[in-house]
Amino acid sequence: MTLENYAQISNYAVASATGILALAFVAYVAQWGFARNVAPDRELVNAGPADGPDAGSVPVERSNMAGGIGLSLTTLSAIVLLVGVATRGAAAERVPWGNMYEFGCAATLAALTAYLILVRVWEIDWVGPIITGFGTVVLGASAMVFVPAGPLVPALHSYWLVIHVFGAIISGSAFLVGAAASVLYLVKSRAERTTPEDQRVGFLWRIPSSAKIDQVAYRVHAFAFPIWTFAALIAGPIWAQYAWGRYWGWDPKEVWAFITWVVYAGYLHARATAGWKGKAAAILALVGFATFVFNFVGVNLWVGGMHSYAK
Amino acid sequence: MSSNAVPALGRREFTRWFWRQLTSMRTALLLLLLLAIAAVPGSLYPQRGVDARAVETYFLDHPKLAPVLDNLGMFAVYSSPWFSAVYLLLMVSLIGCILPRSFVYLRAARARPPKAPRNFARLPASASFETDASPDAVVTAARRALGRSRTDVVDRDGIWEVSAEKGFLREAGNLLFHVSIVVVLIGVAVGTLFGYRGSVIVTDGGGQFANSLPQYDEFSSGTLFDTGDLPPFAFTLDKVTARFQPFNTPQAGAPREFRARGTYAARPGDADKPFDITVNHPLSIGSTSVYLLGQGYAPVFKITDAQGNVVFNDAVPFLPADPTYTSNGIIKVPDAEPEQLGFQGFFLPTAVTQGDKELSVSLHPAAANPLVGLNVWHGDLGLDDGQSQSVFILDKSKMQQYMDGDAAFRLSLQPGMSADLPDGGTIEFTDIRQFARFQIGSSPLVKVPLFGIVAGLIGLMVSLTIKPRRTWIRARRDGSRTVVDVAVLDRVPRDDLPADLDDFLERFKDALVETEEKTAT
Repeated sequence: MTLENYAQISNYAVASATGILALAFVAYVAQWGFARNVAPDRELVNAGPADGPDAGSVPVERSNMAGGIGLSLTTLSAIVLLVGVATRGAAAERVPWGNMYEFGCAATLAALTAYLILVRVWEIDWVGPIITGFGTVVLGASAMVFVPAGPLVPALHSYWLVIHVFGAIISGSAFLVGAAASVLYLVKSRAERTTPEDQRVGFLWRIPSSAKIDQVAYRVHAFAFPIWTFAALIAGPIWAQYAWGRYWGWDPKEVWAFITWVVYAGYLHARATAGWKGKAAAILALVGFATFVFNFVGVNLWVGGMHSYAK
Repeated sequence: MSSNAVPALGRREFTRWFWRQLTSMRTALLLLLLLAIAAVPGSLYPQRGVDARAVETYFLDHPKLAPVLDNLGMFAVYSSPWFSAVYLLLMVSLIGCILPRSFVYLRAARARPPKAPRNFARLPASASFETDASPDAVVTAARRALGRSRTDVVDRDGIWEVSAEKGFLREAGNLLFHVSIVVVLIGVAVGTLFGYRGSVIVTDGGGQFANSLPQYDEFSSGTLFDTGDLPPFAFTLDKVTARFQPFNTPQAGAPREFRARGTYAARPGDADKPFDITVNHPLSIGSTSVYLLGQGYAPVFKITDAQGNVVFNDAVPFLPADPTYTSNGIIKVPDAEPEQLGFQGFFLPTAVTQGDKELSVSLHPAAANPLVGLNVWHGDLGLDDGQSQSVFILDKSKMQQYMDGDAAFRLSLQPGMSADLPDGGTIEFTDIRQFARFQIGSSPLVKVPLFGIVAGLIGLMVSLTIKPRRTWIRARRDGSRTVVDVAVLDRVPRDDLPADLDDFLERFKDALVETEEKTAT
């Protein structure tokens, strides 16, 4: 196959993955929608699954089926996207994260992979709508900054591109999962405070307790933060020393990477500080993710600086 | 003085109160967030230390706003008093946190595990079971199941109590992380104080550079660096290579390769050695590194004045202003008679005309169809008043522009072409060379912040993964059976405690069976 063939396959695969992911999002939304009037399972209280008044009822079955479809479509989308990212790398004969379009695709792939792994480990399919929705938006937005596959500018001819950007992709995908969990934590903990016991219907009451969600969010962030430290504050400066003769120069991208780091450091401290635990900490996690997204979108498109080839 | 006034805090109490406030977690957290917010403007406004020319442009574009912002330190955020204040307070808060915690940790690291609490049921996770084994065997099995935990055993009138603690490394990692941040900041400060950095433009085809202060276009150094200590290396630039994505291909014009080749001598008198610098591969000479930061075109001009003397014959770097290498440059001819001459204009590597009235534009950064356009001034260049002048700025205050009727007199030259000047001289565009912009610098102890941050990362991962766990086991004889109570406590609350307790009980019971078998045989 020629390089053009690979590039063609990559484009079709990424477009298909975007469509499939959008359908997965619809399925996940349906999973929540079908269960909107369903009381939580009494399975834990009653012995058998068939004993509960709602277990096996039509809305629950529909909701479960929609969730299953959502998960299957997400898996399919990840596989197709993997093909797209891999063939993009083959077409350009390098790692497929050399510009904004490629970073968007690769980071979405990483986020979907992280999500699918964590669904197996911790059964976090309740963040499905947020992950698939956000992933669809990222893939769609990436198409708007599409550039044909090609070689890189000289500044990127370095194996640090592989390490530095890969670190950013991994931590970014974990930050997304963490942010999604934090959103649901905020929603659920508020509902737990304000909704009386007898009015607790809907999918929100079929997902784990806010304490459990908070735990998931913390673990994901505790995984992502050291990787972000490595990508932004170790690999980045080493590369900058080789490429630009200074390891830190307050380039806009560096500034925002630093801000993201500081905000997530604040999140980890907030969880151990009275008055900041819970809601404030979760909001900090969301602010941290917002600064990460701004660094990727805002700094690339509107601010510029020495990282401007990332466009 | 009214007697019911709240007694004022004495100086000592106040200091103590202030210190406690400053070093509290809440203050540290607020300072962290303040640091994040304080860093934002530096990414939105151009910074002098990053791009001084962009700051000048901002001043021209916003003449009213810029001085106000300048007074607020918006063009040098990271050295401004308010930014410094935030991070210095954070540093003090950090040290004020590290010191007492280190002492507490040193004491805790030698301390024995705390005694078993009276009531296990009040702890977050506890369990009991009965066994035929003797309390002795239970204690032996407990020791085995506890593994490398620090373990104490006491016998209280037939009731055996095992207290165990592990996970001391967590706090060690935590302290290591925070100490590392201080090390990083000290390393950065030392590197800045003793380091230097400068940039210089050298044209190829034999352009030379010797490392001394007057040779630099821009130079900055730390307060403790003596410019007399600049290492005495010198180099000659033979060839600058710039390759671009060819015309009519995807990403046409995108840069593909930049390379600077030549020879250098580390010391005067040393034999010349070849060098080959590319973007990610600087040349290291001792502690100094030479980086290739940019490149561009340097057309060569030969100018004769009205007297027929050759008053200028040199390559002139034109600074690229856009991705197609539309470049701007200045020629100053102080030796021209009867009046000094100044030229200001542009260079287009691949010029395309857009009709008679329109200015030509550059389509591609490769020099496929080079064109130079120049306007000409005559008068006094202002070089004699002792003020140093940038080679890229033409001071027109004492010069008049040559006009062609109502329009400015303009020269358009391609390589090999020459033109007459209005004062009777000539200008010839003889050749095109290329220039390289090098950054030359040294930051001593650059490895200190690196090792600091790596150590910090290790400490961080240790502190995020290790669980500080306390385990208590109580065994007492009840008839022919032994009742065993087990309780666990994490010093950092986690929700997986019950599951961990189950795991531990399993290991414990396995160990008990093994101990039994051993005693039986």
